[in-house]
Amino acid sequence: MAEEPLIVARGLVKRFGEFTAVDGIDVSVERGEAFGFLGPNGAGKSSTMRMISCVSPPTAGELRILGMDPVRDGVAIRGRLGVCPQLGNLDTDLSVFENLTTYARYFGLSRAEARRRATELLEFVQLADRAKGKVEPLSGGMKQRLTIARALVNDPEIVLLDEPTTGLDPQARHLLWERLYQLKRQGVTLVLTTHYMDEAEQLCDRLVVMDGGRIVAEGSPRELIDRYSTPEVVELRFAGGAEVAVKLDGVGERVDALPDRVLVYARDGDAAVAEVHRRGLSPSSVLVRRSTLEDVFLHLTGRTLVD
Amino acid sequence: MMTVMAAGRALRRNLPGGVSAGRVGAVLNRNVGALRSGPAYWLVLLSGFFEPLLYLLSIGVGVGALVGTVPVGGRPVDYAVFVAPAMLAVSAMSGALAETTFNVFFKFKYAKTYDAVLATPVRPVEIALGELMWALVRCLFYTVLFLVVMVVLGLTSVGGALAAFPATALVGVAFGATGMAISTFLRGWQDFDLLTTGQFTLFLFSGTFSPVQDYPVVFEVIVTLTPLYHAVELVRGLAVGPVGWTLLVHAAYLVVMAVAGLWVAARRIGKLLLV
Amino acid sequence: MAHSTVAVLERHLTLYRRLFWASAMSSFLLPVLFLVSIGLGVGGYVGDLGGVSYLQWIVPGVMAATAFQMAVGETTYPVLGDFKWTRGYHAMRATPVRIGDMVAGQVLFMVVRVLPQTAVFLAIVVLFGGLRSWWSVVTPLVCAAVVVASALPVMGVSARIDNDGYFALLFRFVMIPMTLFAGVFFPVAQLPLVAQWLAWVSPLWHGVELCRAATLGVAPPWPIWAHALCLVAWTVAGGWFAMRGFARRLAV
Repeated sequence: MAEEPLIVARGLVKRFGEFTAVDGIDVSVERGEAFGFLGPNGAGKSSTMRMISCVSPPTAGELRILGMDPVRDGVAIRGRLGVCPQLGNLDTDLSVFENLTTYARYFGLSRAEARRRATELLEFVQLADRAKGKVEPLSGGMKQRLTIARALVNDPEIVLLDEPTTGLDPQARHLLWERLYQLKRQGVTLVLTTHYMDEAEQLCDRLVVMDGGRIVAEGSPRELIDRYSTPEVVELRFAGGAEVAVKLDGVGERVDALPDRVLVYARDGDAAVAEVHRRGLSPSSVLVRRSTLEDVFLHLTGRTLVD
Repeated sequence: MMTVMAAGRALRRNLPGGVSAGRVGAVLNRNVGALRSGPAYWLVLLSGFFEPLLYLLSIGVGVGALVGTVPVGGRPVDYAVFVAPAMLAVSAMSGALAETTFNVFFKFKYAKTYDAVLATPVRPVEIALGELMWALVRCLFYTVLFLVVMVVLGLTSVGGALAAFPATALVGVAFGATGMAISTFLRGWQDFDLLTTGQFTLFLFSGTFSPVQDYPVVFEVIVTLTPLYHAVELVRGLAVGPVGWTLLVHAAYLVVMAVAGLWVAARRIGKLLLV
Repeated sequence: MAHSTVAVLERHLTLYRRLFWASAMSSFLLPVLFLVSIGLGVGGYVGDLGGVSYLQWIVPGVMAATAFQMAVGETTYPVLGDFKWTRGYHAMRATPVRIGDMVAGQVLFMVVRVLPQTAVFLAIVVLFGGLRSWWSVVTPLVCAAVVVASALPVMGVSARIDNDGYFALLFRFVMIPMTLFAGVFFPVAQLPLVAQWLAWVSPLWHGVELCRAATLGVAPPWPIWAHALCLVAWTVAGGWFAMRGFARRLAV
């Protein structure tokens, strides 16, 4: 018999007064998966994460984590989770090392074990040389790695990451992704939220796209792209604006006119470009690229994802 | 003053020393901004007046009932009459210091207000004077209220209050200027512990609660060198008596203190900013 | 004792190690300066009070007031800070630490501090001849009770506010008046009746009177159980208020 999924939600709802942040979602996360919640700000990702991390009781619906009820067994569940919150809460008055040992003690680890784990994890997130230092001078990427190390201190079965790379520079993001990939290979279940397409594509085995508190699509990144987009996308910019879009009717499989550019979805991007030129149109710039989750999101909601 | 101590310690706890960086500054900036904008700031400002008043009622009136009289210039006076001018001087001191240490330091370190001001034709000494003026406003706001209370409680005459009022302005300028000079030397929030400790020690041992003549001689000599003692003696002499030539010595001490403080503050502000 | 409570206690002790010298001043030096200025200085004019010297009379008051002020100081900015700036409670919330552990661990930290602090104070004042009875050895426990009874309600307040400007008001309109009028420097019987009632309600007055009974070796004004009951009432009500405040603030 197959193992029960680590996280199961059915008809999960979270309301704050009149406002419905999460509007009846169904989710299941299997052991060893990297699962993503993708969506713009305000889609309900963080509220969902807070319910999963057992700090925010669901308003309605069913939620089971590690086979337990988050409201009744919150303490037991939290003992087996690692949480990387969106708002930093490292203890700036403690040293880097003490941040880990202090946190480890919250999970009931012995002092010796806490020190051993802290040393090991600082090695893992490449901060061993900063162990004795303060938290404040660390860069954003370093702080985030320290937060991840802290989330791993209890050797959790599930690690929850709420927008792990928001605000980081590209280099810091890649280093972080690499560490998370290592974790995944070690069999840790990752659950993350993001509003970055590339992040979801890089890290997630499976994801749900959220918008306005609901799930609008679910699948692996590849499946979603296959289902809701075309293999290639042509981005065209016209000097005169996007009004020319009507003249592109029938080029590729679908055309989307955005305020600043026109997107043409096509199996073969180069063929689509040739067709555009054949119709006598001369765009000021042409870019043929592979289709991404961004395109999926645009297709599903009619809006771009970031801003 | 206890408030400052508690706040100082707490800030120290939340704003570790050497952290001049953005986030902490931004947090503080926002808090101060929030405080400044709403009625809360005015409530806090007003509440600063009550601390010396509460001491007057507790020690001056409460303990005073146990004390009876103490000699002032050879004449026995009620203990509350003895303590009241001292608390008046203290409220002038702490009103001026609160503006010129905490707030000036904040503007220096976090808000970078002066960098912007110095990009205009304003000179360092003018910044110093401007800050001092505002500190004086706060100081006089406290002392006027306090003098009214003293007159109402019969702790001084209307004439005594009118005579003491300009003296409290001098006290405010002297401590304000010195506070500003000191704030240019503060390295971080941790130095506020030192500053408030010093302030509190002055508060307890400047002939405030008992005549300095009672102190052991060595101690008495040390006290006569410190600023609050002269402030207390000057204000007490004018409000309660006796009026004599020695009051000029006390006043002269405060004038020198004001000039020296202002000179150092202006020099330091210029040196720290015009680099 | 729950393991998580101890973990929270340890966190505060780790923080305290860094700030020991900064706080040593207010914990150790300040009360002694108070004693010298008011106890010795003003005491010279007071003479005897109820058959004991004024210094001996205010020693227990200053002792309890110091504990009380420490409790208020430790539960205002630090508590708001852990909600708002460092978000330390949010970090704890993501672990098996319960709200009860957060509150109990932090109160325990203050108890761990106040016991040696009061003992050191006793050792200093014995040199001044400030104690009259061996019952003085129980004062650290009384001070611990004062700390618990005052810390919990203030934690409840700090958990409910967002602007730290309110603390200045709390200090000036609650903490300082209580210190100055709850029988530390002069008997509350001198106060107008309304003020006496306020003093009787305050946790500090009960602590002061119990400490005074101990250091002077006399019976307190009310039966011991009545003073103790008032401190317990503050503890229970304050504990409930604090737990609710924490739960609400962390539950969004």
